Amino acid sequence: MTATEQQFRDNPLGKDVTLEDVFDAFEFLDDWEERYAYIIDLGKQLPAFPEAEKVEENYVHGCQSQVWLIHHQDDSDGKLYLMIESDAMIVRGLAAIILVALNGKQPRDLLTTDIDELFERLDLFRHISPTRGNGLRAMIGKIRDIAAREAA
Amino acid sequence: MTDLSMAHSSGQQTSEHLPAAAPLDVAAIRRDFPILEQKVNGKSLVYLDNGASAQKPQVVLEAMDRYYREQHSNVHRGAHTLGDRATAAFEGARETVRAFLNAASTREIVWTRGTTEAINLVANGLTAKLSAGDEILISHMEHHANIVPWQMLAERSGATLKVIAVTPEGELDLDSFDQQLSERTRILAVTHVSNVLGTVNPVAELVAKAKAVGALTLLDGAQAVPHYRPDVQALGCDFYVFSSHKLFGPTGIGVLYGREQLLEELPPYQFGGEMIERVSFAKTTWNTLPYKFEAGTPAIAEAVGLGAAIDYLNGLDRRAIEAAEQTLLAKANGLVDSIPGMAVIGTARHKVPVMSFKIDGLHPSDIGTLLDQQGIAIRTGHHCAMPLMDFYGVPGTARASFAFYNTLEEVDQLFAALQKIQRLFV
Repeated sequence: MTATEQQFRDNPLGKDVTLEDVFDAFEFLDDWEERYAYIIDLGKQLPAFPEAEKVEENYVHGCQSQVWLIHHQDDSDGKLYLMIESDAMIVRGLAAIILVALNGKQPRDLLTTDIDELFERLDLFRHISPTRGNGLRAMIGKIRDIAAREAA
Repeated sequence: MTDLSMAHSSGQQTSEHLPAAAPLDVAAIRRDFPILEQKVNGKSLVYLDNGASAQKPQVVLEAMDRYYREQHSNVHRGAHTLGDRATAAFEGARETVRAFLNAASTREIVWTRGTTEAINLVANGLTAKLSAGDEILISHMEHHANIVPWQMLAERSGATLKVIAVTPEGELDLDSFDQQLSERTRILAVTHVSNVLGTVNPVAELVAKAKAVGALTLLDGAQAVPHYRPDVQALGCDFYVFSSHKLFGPTGIGVLYGREQLLEELPPYQFGGEMIERVSFAKTTWNTLPYKFEAGTPAIAEAVGLGAAIDYLNGLDRRAIEAAEQTLLAKANGLVDSIPGMAVIGTARHKVPVMSFKIDGLHPSDIGTLLDQQGIAIRTGHHCAMPLMDFYGVPGTARASFAFYNTLEEVDQLFAALQKIQRLFV
């Protein structure tokens, strides 16, 4: 089966969970263990990714873990919805933060969102720096490519 | 402690005539490695990624610094004093490597960029010696660098690539070896020590059998030399290759040992300066060994650094090092049960202190990220050994690889950190 519009829209990340929630949580959680437990928890909120979409076309290369990304643009309002899958929990959690920031936005708003700044503010930048081989950078690049295409 | 019969059969230079070693003074040794004394993510660095690259003692850094301050010029030009100094330092390092391997002559010691280039050099050079019907025998536990050059050689020459099976414990399946070795086998290329599993292979035995059928033999020593001193004459192999940076020396340089007669037969690998005897537009002739294989200005300071690393190791008690390493491994093995769902991949009888593992429910990259958060450096992923990952049915492993400068406290810290990680996922 492929992802339905409803599945894309039901994603709580970026809707029920907002960036303010993430910032508040990080401020409240003062040691790394609590913060990573929170990141892992966010990862658990990624909606189930359709098995049928786990194909080469949706695969994000350059990852130690396996990462897939699919998108859907709403016909009525033009908003861009994303779904991400990974077999590594930390990558799932960091992908969830990316979705909180980018999911369900207009492509042009998405393109102006500064993900690096967000991750720096959360003291997580090293995870998306070009020197880390976890593929998050490649994933962000792929999302931006999609947004640029859909915004055009 | 490594048992000596095993050490013998693996062709390691042993010191069995010496009395039992005094324990290694690890605290003193750690002071020789300046990089170890630092905080990572607010915690004292615990460096357990030695299998990927080992750290460098102060004497290596000083030797390279001194070389550039006092000795540097191009080598083998002979017109001035600095050139003489540089050449003496560079060729002195070659002699140090020769002694380290117990090679018969420095003509058998070729500088390369590392293990990978050394294997490529040999595989390229053997192209004309192989044809359809010939077989190249490697093993299922090889690093990609000891798979792909042979795969490409097989494609070029029409030869067939054969693979020695690995047992679930991570040892070479010797029945599989015996079954596949035949008069058709032209090359046996196996690793001395597995980078993923830590297994020490009985390479002297394999080489002897391969020689009996007339095959050429190459041993990948990249993971062996940090732990043992190979004796290439006792091993009887035709080629032995390793990288400096895993042997506590600088990056960018490695060694190809080749039996002199064979190196004479191999064509040059690259063409340019240094490797030339005489050039005219009609014909070019090659320099003598080992320079025939050293086109271009070599990595001179790196050679000097590698020489200094070997000198440093020679100043340590090798038996005490082996004993200390085996104590680290035994301690780690003893703590595995303290982590529910943890399983070691690679439980061979004879291992260097390398521990690949998986933990139920955790991806290796999660383990690596969360250990880094606690100041502990390990390697995660496929370790450039995808066929072996497929064999074990894992996407990758987490690998802690120890060196003699690691402490028993660091082993405790690793396992305490793993327990902490597990609690995060509950």
